[in-house]
Amino acid sequence: MLSRVANSLYWLSRYMERAENTARILDVNLQLLGDFEAWVDGIESDFWTAIVETTGDTELFAENHDCADAESVTAFLTWEASNPNSILSSVNAARENARMIRDQISQEMWECINAMYYFVREARNKLEDESATFAFFQQIKAYSYRFVGLMEATYFHDDGYKFHQVGKYIERADQTSRILDLKHFLPLPEGHHRGTTVDIASWVAILRSCSAVDAFQKLYPVADAHAEEVASFLILEQNFPRSIRFSLRNLDRHLRSLSGADEGYFANAGEKRVGRLLSEVAYKGIEDILEEGLHEFIDRMQGALNAIHKAIYETYFELPAVNMKDEIAIQQVQQVQQ
Amino acid sequence: MDLSKYDPGFFFDEMFDAEGIVRPHYRRLHESLQRLDPNEFEIRRNYVDSAFLSSGVTFTVYHDNQGTERIFPFDILPRIIPRNEWQQLEKGLAQRIVALNAFLHDIYHDQKIIKDGVIPAQYILSAKQFQRKFIGVDVPKDIYIHITGSDLIRDGDGNYLVLEDNLRCPSGVSYMLESRQVLKRTFPRLFPTSEVEPVQQYGEELLKSLRYVAPDGVTDPTVVILTPGVHNSAYFEHCFLARQMGIEIVEGRDLLVRDSKVYMRTTKGLKRVDVIYRRLNDEFLDPSFFRADSLLGVPGLINAYQAGNVALANAIGTGVADDKVMYYFVPRMIKYYLGEDPILPNVETFLASEESDYTYIMENLPKLVVKSANEAGGYGMLIGPAATKEEIESFRQQIAADPRNFIAQPTISLSRHPTWCGREFEGRHIDLRPFVLYGDGVKIIPGGLTRVALRKGSLVVNSSQGGGSKDTWVLRNDS
Repeated sequence: MLSRVANSLYWLSRYMERAENTARILDVNLQLLGDFEAWVDGIESDFWTAIVETTGDTELFAENHDCADAESVTAFLTWEASNPNSILSSVNAARENARMIRDQISQEMWECINAMYYFVREARNKLEDESATFAFFQQIKAYSYRFVGLMEATYFHDDGYKFHQVGKYIERADQTSRILDLKHFLPLPEGHHRGTTVDIASWVAILRSCSAVDAFQKLYPVADAHAEEVASFLILEQNFPRSIRFSLRNLDRHLRSLSGADEGYFANAGEKRVGRLLSEVAYKGIEDILEEGLHEFIDRMQGALNAIHKAIYETYFELPAVNMKDEIAIQQVQQVQQ
Repeated sequence: MDLSKYDPGFFFDEMFDAEGIVRPHYRRLHESLQRLDPNEFEIRRNYVDSAFLSSGVTFTVYHDNQGTERIFPFDILPRIIPRNEWQQLEKGLAQRIVALNAFLHDIYHDQKIIKDGVIPAQYILSAKQFQRKFIGVDVPKDIYIHITGSDLIRDGDGNYLVLEDNLRCPSGVSYMLESRQVLKRTFPRLFPTSEVEPVQQYGEELLKSLRYVAPDGVTDPTVVILTPGVHNSAYFEHCFLARQMGIEIVEGRDLLVRDSKVYMRTTKGLKRVDVIYRRLNDEFLDPSFFRADSLLGVPGLINAYQAGNVALANAIGTGVADDKVMYYFVPRMIKYYLGEDPILPNVETFLASEESDYTYIMENLPKLVVKSANEAGGYGMLIGPAATKEEIESFRQQIAADPRNFIAQPTISLSRHPTWCGREFEGRHIDLRPFVLYGDGVKIIPGGLTRVALRKGSLVVNSSQGGGSKDTWVLRNDS
């Protein structure tokens, strides 16, 4: 497979996953805000600032917006082309990558991405009332699920598929960690403590942002949604498909199947890094994480995921730099010889 | 749908004869149309547009930096060619392609046709696309033009004429294939009864032709398609063909030349490439040989080509036979190389560089179509009867300054075809681009791209100038 093609497959899946997660975060928090305002006065700005913080685009946001409120943050994360992580930008980038490798994906996958692209373009003009906004986020998620389903059902499961999976799971691990970090940026207002309605509601919002409430309830009652339980579930749970551990395990599996390395072994720097991170998560307890500090742990995790991305890039995608001038000169010398 | 008010006018109409009677090979279609409810027709027409949009059959228009994608306007009424007519076209095209290929081989080797005084040397030397440095370079199986898309028109009497030979990177074949797919889904019941020749074997035949010219000794060649990239307006077609053939689509930066061999950069290292279907013009192929500022090409590609380690389709330098002045000489080539009379005639052509023709052209500009020798896509063209005085004078000066670069032809009133124009069917001028493959023999896919000038009265069918397309049905029977 061409390196350039592998790179596009990888990014295509990352952008789809990113668009879906952004839609889910906005969807959940727009709803949550209504509840919060009833409990706490004047929280809106802190609340939305926290959401921008989790996306890591605080500076970019500040360049174009004076204050953080539902409207400005929703616009920033949904429509703004200047924000490379907005839903619009993610969908555009996903489609652009898909267009570049149109021959490599199935007709059905292409039609799904293409339909999503036109949906976003057209929806932009129509979103006025709030119910339309919620329907919009639902639809973005639906397109993403459809895409993942089509990949399972209509796509040849060879190396291309593995690059898709690698892209999807590295993005998912990153997104889940960011959503979990929301709690760090949104401290409880005065007078509200651990276990109060507001505290539980915000942990539940985090679970819902990861589509994790139903799965969580299989292990804990929702009333017990505290830092320990939620962090443990979203980081360490083996069987929940959006947990960091689950994502890393699949990242590890698909990377190794690309190189042919056995379980527990590695063939390149990326696999080594993933293996190291996976075993840390697999053998760590939640108390270790809380002792280090949840935010500190997440920060380190995100750094490690960046390093993994870089290693994958160097192993599979990077085209060794060609100095065009030298290359031309070498070939011209050979022309003279012929 | 009611076609009773349709006016064929004073043109050759594909569907109706001069008395307004439906031609025999259109009868079935005509009957089905009459049974079709106008509302149903509208629904299906909309379905066609959305089908093109969703499968991404678009070209990109750059009037802002956004790059808007448009669908190529498609008229759902197909153009029909009966078997006996098609067989003549097939013979005529095959004859022409074989002669043109013989000409290319000759002109890049012994140049007998010049020595025998059939074509004056000055015309070849002055052709912009003549690649002198490739004289003496052999190409696999002596095939130069693996893929062509000749443009045919019909005159007022319904005679087929060759308008242009497109020997470089003819495009449009993806529209032929996609519109057939879409039309089949829109009017499923029309096809089995109409006995239309299938076209979807094109990809397979193309791959066969490309594999056929693999360098000697390569039994299982790796074939790739080389594209300028995602921003090229024909990118959809490049991807489409790669899918049809199941081969890689590559950009220049995916390829690398080492020791005069071409490799592509894959996730598992370098992989040898044997045949390249290139959708780049000669001058962009190799910055170490042609234009040094080309970022699209591959340094060293020409070294590999000249060493015989990679085949290019089409070969380098085929543009010399694409030159509109050379077109004038094609009937002579057919006679010279094959000893035959042309089956498909040229449009009568005047060369501005010939003294007597020059005088005739200058005296008759308002009646003529003038074309510059090396332009394509409907650019650099004067249609006398439709031009303003200023346009005619501007061409007069251009021709006087550089006669070699211009030819003129009488204005042919191209045949017309009923075409949906929003409220009713009206006659619109059409042409035909069949696709010809040259590998182990000449193969012509029964069909082609029928382009239609959607603007009322217009004779220009190019997509960049308000043209659309139709599906082209070749029947298994004479009617």
